[in-house]
Amino acid sequence: MEPIIKQNPNKVIIAENLTKKFGRFTAVDHISFEVERGEIFGFLGANGAGKTTAMRMLCGLSIPSSGTGTVAGFDIGSQTELVKKNIGYMSQKFSLYDDLKVWENIELFGGIYGMKEADIKQKTDELMHILNFEEERDLLVGSLPLGFKQKLAFSVSIFHNPQVVFLDEPTGGVDPITRRQFWELIYDATSRGITVFVTTHYMDEAEYCDRLSIMVDGRIEALDSPKNLKSQFNASNMDEVFQQLARKATRKAD
Amino acid sequence: MLAIEVKNIAKNYHSVKSGKFVGLGKPYPENDTRSDSTSGVEGISFDVKAGEIFGIIGPDGAGKTTIFRLLTTLLLPDQGSARVNGFDIVDEYKSIRNCVGYMPGKFSLYQDLTVEENLNFFATVFNTTIEENYDLIKDIYQQIEPFKKRRAGKLSGGMKQKLALSCALIHKPDVLFLDEPTTGVDPVSRKEFWGMLKSLKKQGITILVSTPYMDEAGLCDRIALIQNGLFLKIDTPTNIISQYENKLWAVKSDTMHKLLLDLRNNELTSNCFAFGDKHHVSMNNTELTMDQLKEQLELLGHKNLEIKVIEPSIEDCFMQLSQK
Repeated sequence: MEPIIKQNPNKVIIAENLTKKFGRFTAVDHISFEVERGEIFGFLGANGAGKTTAMRMLCGLSIPSSGTGTVAGFDIGSQTELVKKNIGYMSQKFSLYDDLKVWENIELFGGIYGMKEADIKQKTDELMHILNFEEERDLLVGSLPLGFKQKLAFSVSIFHNPQVVFLDEPTGGVDPITRRQFWELIYDATSRGITVFVTTHYMDEAEYCDRLSIMVDGRIEALDSPKNLKSQFNASNMDEVFQQLARKATRKAD
Repeated sequence: MLAIEVKNIAKNYHSVKSGKFVGLGKPYPENDTRSDSTSGVEGISFDVKAGEIFGIIGPDGAGKTTIFRLLTTLLLPDQGSARVNGFDIVDEYKSIRNCVGYMPGKFSLYQDLTVEENLNFFATVFNTTIEENYDLIKDIYQQIEPFKKRRAGKLSGGMKQKLALSCALIHKPDVLFLDEPTTGVDPVSRKEFWGMLKSLKKQGITILVSTPYMDEAGLCDRIALIQNGLFLKIDTPTNIISQYENKLWAVKSDTMHKLLLDLRNNELTSNCFAFGDKHHVSMNNTELTMDQLKEQLELLGHKNLEIKVIEPSIEDCFMQLSQK
């Protein structure tokens, strides 16, 4: 099936008044934004602000209560399977299967996304070389240090060349050097045209994004480049911006 | 008086079968099917004074949790000894369990009991009542008291954290063990949590706390930086910062990614890492002046360059020490 691109094909994510209600509780409250192709878009907010719910809608895992959105050109309300096919996803909690070997994980995910066996083989070789993982190829993923795992998980999440990859706190608990190497992998992916949508609790990482949105109580309270946000809030770093906005929260969720 | 005294303690979970992977934080042998990647510690020693907030700071898998489990008498060491509140962790483990509070990294209260029932349970186990020590937990517990009839499993992350802390405090422990209390918590709630620790310190409680967030180091009286089961350094945050080798400069230009690569290719810099909206460059050559570096970078096409001397953060120190 061909993508149904309703609007500008350079906008990889479009959200218009996206809303999700659980009973009387509005988890995501009319959020609207657009993400350009190849952009690193940071999606920030305090625990309980509604980030995960919004991300689940954008990944086709949860149907919006109202509002519309397209991801990779597909409607997130009616074309959820096509959305899933064209995105990558990685989180801190679930990334790879611990009791499969490195190459087995890659083959599994490549296969799920419908890649041809020969392509998987060739790309696996390339990937092992780039990550300098040739010696770890036959090891169980569970035996790898966290930093290795997260770099591998990211590479697997973009193995099928998705248009956009969603990263949910990808660097939590990772050591400072590996955390930075991880961001270099992100830059590399964007230079190949992959769009990156990322959440993080590290405010220094927020500065690495092209643009940021900050959610408070289900709404997007600020959206701009880190530089503009800092001048708008008269702050010297993103942590100060975040503290100013998140303290306004009245929701006692988390 | 020393609240915690650790001498050359070690704990290893895996017998290393192949010669290739020796030590901790490294992959286990291929035929090892265990998926639990808990890592141990290798001969560490440290002291915590009574009334101190002592932080163990390092990434996941460094061995932080192992230290907590050894000191709370949930694990036996392979070698070395340790005392908590004067009691030996092996011979006098029962006395230790009476006088410490422990909040594990994973939420470990009874999900099917309500907030109030959990707190009551822990008070009863320690032969006390909520009323008896209410003063100690008042500030924290009051925030979740409106939900006291709610089951613990139905609480949000932040509320669970407050309940777990209240339960760890209800028997008025002398030493409080907090294993990664702020992991996955947003920056605002993290600040609030450290505020609570400060007021507990004022009440004379010794606190051993671990965290992967290097920016929390400054809130501790003393810290130990840990990686791969070994302590890289133990000192006050200020002393660790003052011992940073090399000059440290923060550099900024219009093209940050190219700037990172160019600085790394420069022979005179020892390393360079992105730090928020700037790059931190450690200079191993004292000859190079800022103007010279600026000139070199301008020749490479960088515009709007800004270079300034900065004080290293704990994260800079950690990176320098971990690369040795």
